[in-house]
Order: sequence, then C-alpha cells, then structure tokens
Amino acid sequence: MWDYTDKVKEYFYNPKNAGVLEDANGIGDVGAISCGDALRLMLKVDPETEIITAAKFQTFGCGSAIASSSALTELVIGRTVDEALKLTNQDIADFLGGLPPEKMHCSVMGYEALRAAVANYKGDTWEDDHEEGALLCKCFGVDEGMVERAIRVNKLTTMEQVTHFTKATGSCGTCVEGVEAVLTRVNREMVAAGELDGALAFDPASAAIPQRRERVKSSPLAKPKGEMTLLQRIRVIESAIEELRPYLKADGGDCELIDVDGDRVMVKLSGACVGCQAASVTIGGIQERLATKLGRPLRVIPVPAGH
Amino acid sequence: MRPVYLDNNATTRVDPKVVNAMLPFFTEQFGNASSMHAFGSEVGAALKHARQQLQALLGTEFDHEIVYTGSGTESDNTALLSALETQTGRDEIVTSVVEHPAILALCQWLQKNRGVKVHYTPVDSRGRLDIDAYRKALGPKTAIASIMWANNETGTIFPVEQLADLAHDAGALFHTDAVQAVGKVPIDLKTSEIDMLSLSGHKLHAPKGVGALYVRRGVRMRPLLRGGHQERGRRASTENAPAIVGLGVAAELALEHMQEEQTRVKGLRDRLEKGLQQRIGNAIVTGDPESRLPNTANIAFEFIEGEGILLLLNKEGIACSSGSACTSGSLEPSHVLRAMKVPYTAAHGAIRFSFSRENTDQDVDRVLEVMPGVVDKLRELSPFWKAGANAQFAPTYA
Repeated sequence: MWDYTDKVKEYFYNPKNAGVLEDANGIGDVGAISCGDALRLMLKVDPETEIITAAKFQTFGCGSAIASSSALTELVIGRTVDEALKLTNQDIADFLGGLPPEKMHCSVMGYEALRAAVANYKGDTWEDDHEEGALLCKCFGVDEGMVERAIRVNKLTTMEQVTHFTKATGSCGTCVEGVEAVLTRVNREMVAAGELDGALAFDPASAAIPQRRERVKSSPLAKPKGEMTLLQRIRVIESAIEELRPYLKADGGDCELIDVDGDRVMVKLSGACVGCQAASVTIGGIQERLATKLGRPLRVIPVPAGH
Repeated sequence: MRPVYLDNNATTRVDPKVVNAMLPFFTEQFGNASSMHAFGSEVGAALKHARQQLQALLGTEFDHEIVYTGSGTESDNTALLSALETQTGRDEIVTSVVEHPAILALCQWLQKNRGVKVHYTPVDSRGRLDIDAYRKALGPKTAIASIMWANNETGTIFPVEQLADLAHDAGALFHTDAVQAVGKVPIDLKTSEIDMLSLSGHKLHAPKGVGALYVRRGVRMRPLLRGGHQERGRRASTENAPAIVGLGVAAELALEHMQEEQTRVKGLRDRLEKGLQQRIGNAIVTGDPESRLPNTANIAFEFIEGEGILLLLNKEGIACSSGSACTSGSLEPSHVLRAMKVPYTAAHGAIRFSFSRENTDQDVDRVLEVMPGVVDKLRELSPFWKAGANAQFAPTYA
C-alpha cells in the first residue's frame, strides 16, 4: 500500500474540478492509456486579462495521478497563464504534502499538461520532453534518462560523482547496481565516440571490491603501540595473566608464562585446565586478552605439562 | 461492517485450528528434532505426522518425496538449480511467459549470468499454453521444463500431466509451480509423471515462511542450502517445526474442504463474475473459462486504472488486488495480461478477486453493491470514457 498523505487521499476521494469544461479555450492532453496514465487539462482563460478563470480535468490513472490533476486545477485558477507556467511539478507535490517517490511522475504529468494547455491556448505547438527510461533511484525519483544526461553533460566517471549530480544511490543504496550499469554503458559509449579518455572511464570491476567500514572508535589492535622492549612485553603479559588467574582458579585451573619468542607466547596450563575439553577456548581467551593489551597480534601456545 | 477479504491468492488467513496445533511447538515442544533427548524426539514425531498429512493432500506414495523449504519461491529456485546440476550435458530450460517471478526472475538471471538458454512458451488470449511451441522448445538439451499448475492472476489451469509427458519424451525433467493449485484442486502425484512440485503454506491457511518441494522418488536432487543433514541432506536448516506442523494441519483441512472449494467457493466466484458483468458494462473476464481455479476471478474494467479501484474498494472495506502498473511501482501492467494480449484499455483496470472457504454470500453481495459506483466514479473522471463535448483525446506524442 502506498503511503499517501491525507491531502492526496482527500483529493483522490473527493477531487475538485473533475469533469469536462464545456467552454474551455486551452486544452492539454498528455499521457496515453498504454502508459497507464493520461490527463486532459481544460482551461478557460480570459483573453483580456490572461487570467485562468476556470480549470477542469479528466484523468485516467492511479490515485495520485487523479489527486495531482485536481491539485493542479486548484493551483492554476486565478493566476495568469504566465504566472501559471512558473509552477513546477514540485509545487503540485508540495500542494499535496508530498508524493511517494515512485509517484512523482504523476506531478510531472500535471506540469506537462499545463504547458500543453497553455500552448494550445496560445496557438503554439508543444514539444514533449517526457521522462525517459525506468526509475532507477526510488528514494529520489531519478530515472535512467536523467542519470545518462548528467553523465554525458558533466563527463562523470565515478559513482560518487553520479550521486552528487543526481542524488541517485544517495539514500538506501539498493539501486547502486542499476546506476553502475548505466554509468558503465554511457562511459563506454563516450569512449567509443571519442568524448572520453578510456583510462578515465568507470571500471565496474573495481566497484565490487568490498569497502572497509570506517572505524568509529579505533580498537587497540588498529594502532600498534610503539615498540616495547622484551622485558616490557613480558611484564604486560604477566600482568594480563594475573588478571585472568582468578577466573581460571575458580574453575580449578591455572596458567603460567613459560617463554616469549617474538609473537609466540608459551604458557603452561595446569590443574583442571589440563585435559579439559575447553582448554583451546581458554587459550583463545588468553590470546585475545594478550593481543589487546599488547596492541598487536600474537599466538599463545600451550606447552605440555611437565615441560 | 465486517471487512471483505477477497485476496486469497496473495495470502490466506491462518486457520485458527492451524494456530492451535502450532502453539505448543513454540513453548513446550520446542526441541531440535535432531537432538538425542525427549525434547527432540517429540518434535521428530510431529514432523513425521505433518509429512503424512501433506502426503495425503498431494497423493504421494513415499514420505521422503517431500522436502520442506522456507517458501514456494525457495522450492522453485531449488528445483531449477538442482536440475541444471544433475542433468549433465543439458543446459536449457523450457518455461512459460506467464510464470510467477519466482521462476521468471531466476530464469532471466540464469540466462544472463550462467549462459542458460531459456525458452518462454507463449499463451493465447485466454492464457492457454501454446502446446506446439512448448513441444518444439523441448529437446536433447532441455534439463527441465517448468510450467505452473495454475496461474496466480487469472487462475488458468495448465495441462501439467500432458506437459510432463512431453517433457519426458525429450528426456527432460518436469517441474510445476503448484503454489496456487495445492489445496484448491485435487492432486494425486503417485500416478503422475510430474518430477517436482512446489507449494507454499500461506496460500492454504498455513503460516508464511514454510513451503515444500515434492521430488519424485528416483529423481536426483542437489540441495540449495548445505550445512546439515536435515531433510536427508536435501535442505539443511533446523526444521521450522511450528510452521511444518501448521502446514500439516492446513493440508488436512484443505483435503477436508476440497469438495467445498469445487462447489460452494466456485459458486461464489461465478455469482460475483456474472453479477458484475450484469451491472457493469465494458467488463471483461480474463483467463480460460473452461479450465480455471474455482476461487479466482480476474475482471478487467475498461478505461479506468486499477489502483483507483483498489483505493475506493479499500475505503469500503473490500480487499482485492490488481495487475495494474501503478500498484506495483513498475511502469508496465501485469506480464500475464500483456502476454494474453489483453488490450491496454483494459489491462490497467484488471482486478483479481480470489476467494477461500472463509468467504460467504454476504461478501459477494457487498462487492456487487459497491463495485458499480466505484467504476462509475472513476469512469466519470477518465478522459477515455465518453469524451463529452470535447474533441477526441489527442496528446501530441501518443
């Protein structure tokens, strides 16, 4: 179910200015039944003042298409045609308290119908520049045509640039692959046409390499401490084992440091630790603790009892 | 007023008897069926019983022919991917243009990423499969043919037995996505040529998140999920015991109500269809009237768009669905209606009413009462419905 605003619902359930305007002198038809939405906007313009005195609509389409059409009529009535032309699809969406991104094209249709109707009133022909291609980024309502234009005009070659120019992929990121495909294709076409240096073109293979998360809080492992002397390290290790000892003793075991050789720390487990199935878990725990204290990876190696 | 739920092909209400049977498996018999203690063995016995209940609905001979899965979609994916692995030297799939996305999207992915050749068999204006085209597409390279038992949008039933036979003539496996058929039409797999069949629990009053794949005895199978011995190593994962128990009870109830589905439920559907056509002009029933699920009606109302119909019906407490582009967020209307070449004037206004045994005569009365006003209201708004005193609708770029 779409998340329509109350205003959209109100204008769908009880649309204002629906129907045929008998004495219209500016009519704009946009859309087609095959596209799933179509709108006829009918305007009555006072030729003296150029003020739109009445407006009605007929719409084939979804709830938000009907609401957008009705909103459009409300917005234009009382304005001069030139004032009305300054309205954009965003004004229609704003009037309705916003539209779901997938439905922004409904407001675009209203905007186009307005231009078509004004052109009809003035006796001009109107060139359509309807949105092109599939909706790629649903969060910001960016379609393939818009992405392609941005890439070509601005010679974009990275995903980051595409996001900055179009907002596509900027929110949930689920359209990344779709946008990458467009960037790859368009860059390739630009290279073929000699508009772009092949070395600069977007390389989709590099995009799949996983990115490391930025560390919010650096862990001790991330920043190795300055080199310690062997004695300092042994002291750190001993104090770490000392901290662990109460836990080992609670289980009837114990642990003793035997030797340190580079990154290898030899320990002897004793008491209940010997032969315990969880000995490797214990070793793992000691290893983790020592690595944290020393700020560098190391291996803890158990030495057989009696060594 | 009691809401009218007529969207049972989307999902069904879990039967309260199913819920009751499931509840103990959350808090009392919560064990892992693989465990070596009473908690585990209790669950093991329940899973076995559920399997027998499902077997009865499907008419299968052997219990190991049923593999529980997480959904109908998983069953479909497993069937196709398994066939491509086991049928050595065969790397083609034969399917239809009207399959559910669980098959179609996978086929498109396999084409693009695995070099699999996929043949999409067309349908006629009533949604019936072009059997000649299907036969011609089958060959020595076909690993598997996969054709749905019944279409989810129109309810059209396909001759799966004949299709399975033809697939076997070509040495290919035959799979059917029977998600919409199981529980609505009688099925007897022990006398069938079908090699694999997918079903989904939530379409027959069991919960969501459980499905099954029938794999005929002797058919080789490769699992989709590896990592455990469950389901004889064919589907690793700790068994979803509450859901499987629920599916078993739902299967038993479906079998009990099968006759009712074919008579009373079908009667409701037929009365709705006739009543709407009597009351509303330019309303086209889509699908094959001779071979259709008893519960599904798909009616296209010309010159209006489906989402508006659904919103107005919803306001009146009536729930159904639409093949219109606008309800799905895609820009194209239903691939099924387009494949049937339903004209655009009607395809956007197609509404699916799908019944279950829980629907009543009052539900039908209510829709018949409300629907004419809804259609009238939207047609009044539509520029394609009686263009009035103005010129024909003529956009500059149509």
